[in-house]
Amino acid sequence: MNPFSSGTRLRDMIRAIRACKTAAEERAVVRKECAAIRTAISENDQDYRHRNLAKLMFIHMLGYPTHFGQMECLKSIASPGFPDKRIGYLGLMLLLDERQEVLMLVTNSIKQDLNHTNQYIVGLALCALGNICSAEMARDLAPEVERLLQFRDPNIRKKAALCTIRIIRKVPDLAENFINPAASLLKEKHHGVLLTGVQLCMDLCKVSAEALEYFRKKCTEGLVKVLKDLVNSPYAPEYDISGIADPFLHIRLLKFLRVLGQEDVDASDCMNDILAQVATKTESNKNAGNAILYECVATIMSIEDNGGLRVLAINILGRFLSNRDNNIRYVALNMLMRAVTVDSQAVQRHRATILERVKDSDPSIRKRALELVYLLVNESNVKPLTKELIEYLEVSEPEFRGDLTAKICSIVEKFSPEKIWYIDQMLKVLSEAGNHVRDEVWHALIVVITNASNLHGYTVRSLYRVVQKASDQEILVRVAVWCIGEYGDLLVNNTGVLEIEEPLTVTASDAVDVVETAIKRHSSDLTSRAMCLVALLKLSSRFPSCSQRINHIFIQYKGSLVLELQQRALEFSSIVDKHQNIRSALVERMPVLDEATYSGRRAGSVPAVVSTSQGSPLNLPNGVAIPTSVPLVDLLDLTSDDVPVPSSSGGEFLQDLLGVDLSPASLQSGLNQAQISGTDVLLDLLSIGTPPAQSSSSIHDMLSSSQENNSSINVLEQLSSPSASSAVSTPPGSSSMMDLLDGFAPNPSKPENNGPAYPSIVAFESSSLKVTFNFSKQPGNPQTTVIEANFLNKTSNAYTDFIFQAAVPKFLQLHLDPASSNTLPASGNGPISQNLRITNSQHGKKSLVMRIRIGYKMNGKDSLEEGQVNNFPRDL
Amino acid sequence: MGIRFILMVNKQGQTRLAQYYEYLTIEERRALEGEIVRKCLARTELQCSFVEHRNYKIVYRRYASLFFLVGVDNEENELAILEFIHLLVETMDRHFGNVCELDIMFHLEKAHFMLEEMVMNGCIVETSKSNILAPIQLMEKAS
Repeated sequence: MNPFSSGTRLRDMIRAIRACKTAAEERAVVRKECAAIRTAISENDQDYRHRNLAKLMFIHMLGYPTHFGQMECLKSIASPGFPDKRIGYLGLMLLLDERQEVLMLVTNSIKQDLNHTNQYIVGLALCALGNICSAEMARDLAPEVERLLQFRDPNIRKKAALCTIRIIRKVPDLAENFINPAASLLKEKHHGVLLTGVQLCMDLCKVSAEALEYFRKKCTEGLVKVLKDLVNSPYAPEYDISGIADPFLHIRLLKFLRVLGQEDVDASDCMNDILAQVATKTESNKNAGNAILYECVATIMSIEDNGGLRVLAINILGRFLSNRDNNIRYVALNMLMRAVTVDSQAVQRHRATILERVKDSDPSIRKRALELVYLLVNESNVKPLTKELIEYLEVSEPEFRGDLTAKICSIVEKFSPEKIWYIDQMLKVLSEAGNHVRDEVWHALIVVITNASNLHGYTVRSLYRVVQKASDQEILVRVAVWCIGEYGDLLVNNTGVLEIEEPLTVTASDAVDVVETAIKRHSSDLTSRAMCLVALLKLSSRFPSCSQRINHIFIQYKGSLVLELQQRALEFSSIVDKHQNIRSALVERMPVLDEATYSGRRAGSVPAVVSTSQGSPLNLPNGVAIPTSVPLVDLLDLTSDDVPVPSSSGGEFLQDLLGVDLSPASLQSGLNQAQISGTDVLLDLLSIGTPPAQSSSSIHDMLSSSQENNSSINVLEQLSSPSASSAVSTPPGSSSMMDLLDGFAPNPSKPENNGPAYPSIVAFESSSLKVTFNFSKQPGNPQTTVIEANFLNKTSNAYTDFIFQAAVPKFLQLHLDPASSNTLPASGNGPISQNLRITNSQHGKKSLVMRIRIGYKMNGKDSLEEGQVNNFPRDL
Repeated sequence: MGIRFILMVNKQGQTRLAQYYEYLTIEERRALEGEIVRKCLARTELQCSFVEHRNYKIVYRRYASLFFLVGVDNEENELAILEFIHLLVETMDRHFGNVCELDIMFHLEKAHFMLEEMVMNGCIVETSKSNILAPIQLMEKAS
């Protein structure tokens, strides 16, 4: 024997590992041991195989790789002695899994062991098979297992039953062979066999409808009797747990009855009595009893309706809810949650208790209870429930507030009976836990506020009041600032006072104070500050008396280090200074936001609104946008990023609307997109930005109000013409934007209708390759565009393995048909064409944009070309 | 399939026994064990014994310095699993005599043999302590 390969004893290794102070030390010890074991394996050392396997299991448990020991397990299994087999099988189950091919090698050993004369060895083989068998093994060994289901020793029968479960899960076709043997297991007396037999029958029902039918007809009565005997059985020390005979078997039987009773009236009737007996007679002062009751309730709630039993079950849950043990309270809530869908009336009766549980000391229970309360809310109880929850919000722990706030907001949004109540509740939530409110929620609040025209005055006054008290709540401040900007005049003039309001006197400068405090607050973030600037611009027009003061604030922010704030401040300040005449038109009150559109968008279904009849002013430059142009684009479009970010959520849409769009929302880069970005800048400026295509109408509306004013038209034309982009690209700070614009000669770019035919474009061109796109639309489906891509080889070498790939942002859906060929002949002879189908979910709002990659082999050398296509016609 | 895994972990969060009834790679196991143990060990006596993690529900119980954690799917009866943990501990007690962390460490394979007699493929096979221990005692007698 080699003295170096034997290594340390198992005990010593464990001690050494235990003594390790750091993870690095532990790794070193393990490394050394593994090396010794490998040596032993390579020398085929049989004396220490047992010990080495035991070590490997320990090492495996610690989370180190042990694959090199897998063959040792197989050898160990193949050896004749029981102890070797035993450790070998254990190693097999721990170190291997069904995915490894090594496993195939063990099939034969297992087959032999299943037929072994020693029943303990048979047991080992069954256990291993039950834990790791693969589909192939299942097929090979199913006959052996089927035979063992009738083995004389019950300990083998129970293991065979569980092994069968694995087999039928792997190969459901085999299920029918096992239905009869499984049914006969149900008549057994041995608890282990019954337990596993019932489980096997349940699994058979899952994979085979035939089995379910069979067991329903033939076994329901038998099972009811088994359960009855069990419930009434005398004390049996072997299976007794706190005075109840084998609760595990109880539970398994109840589970199976549930499977049988579901959607079957006869079977359900058959089990009513015994369920009633279990529900009433089971001791409920110990965990074991409660586990049975819990299962019994689950069964009663799932089987066919029996009014009396349901009441009994819900009452048990009611008792559980006030149990001292929080585990019991937890499961009760869990079950009530399922019961709500079955019988919400009965659950409603326990509403008060459930509401108490929202205040439980255990966070997991609070969370469950809150979810349950959420399910219980309806139109009739929304007011008292919300009141309770908001009161609790005031005293709840900080880590629970996020969940609670989200749920309250959701309840209020969903069930609010009237707008004034909705607004009141939201203000309460905002002033208590404003920082936990998600963006969609306050966006939705603003949509509701704009729609409630009779409550504008009331809302802005309420906000003015609460924001004084809770000025540390960011979101509250945002909403307040927005409303004061929009409805500041109503605040000062006390317009539309409701009877319930207390009188309030606010001067123009008080209103400006609020916004100024908000913008100067240290904790205000970029979005809030940007909103403040917009609000100030609006106030400067509503209260000309404060105009000077507001301009001072703008001037302070002209030097802001944050580009966004600096830009806004510069623009706004020049509006106040030099463009008094258009100011009032620019800052008119927001149009009412359409609730349906907004909520529709939130739900993700974007209605295809928008007609583009105004025609997009496009003289498409058939240019090639290779990524080198991207930095330029970045310069042009200050709010953009060259990564297209689809804005499919309504949140962003509304962000656009609120003029707080600081994130790169709609993004297409490229020369022809300059118009869009130009418009975006304008929209930001006006803070009325709807997505470009839609907004053009509102701009025109605005224009009509100041038609006679030449300069504003110039401004707009400038912005919507390509030259405007170059204006924006000049470094900020050199001069105000308006000056820049004024400095440019008007560029007459006439809108023209492009009609349904779209011009072809050169999507990509390099020294070696040219890609052109031809467009067509299927009638009646404006969102979908069919693109025929033609590829042309400009070199004198043929390209083989030609492959074209394209990627689009999320708002687009792309379907690529196969190309006409994968070989592209030299010098433009016979181009390849390939069809692409693109569906634009934001049709009319966003233009197509695409990244392409073309790979091919030229003279056996791989080539890859990439580019971005953004000169698509606008209204595709 | 009921039980997905059974873990025994000491107060320091070191795994002392791990048995999985579904396939996870070693890295996944380490990550999962780390997350679960951090979550469970941080809980107080006042909190209930169930923790939801990923798509598992973890039922755990503490015995002196040893935590027993059982990962189950959503169908399983949590209270029954609590009772099962107790049965497991009682069975080990009967064999080792007041089982402790070291017993399990130094007799890892025996602990596994016991578990093997109690749970197969994620289902409980046997609940009688003497039935569970019989093969193990037989083997000890033989060796």
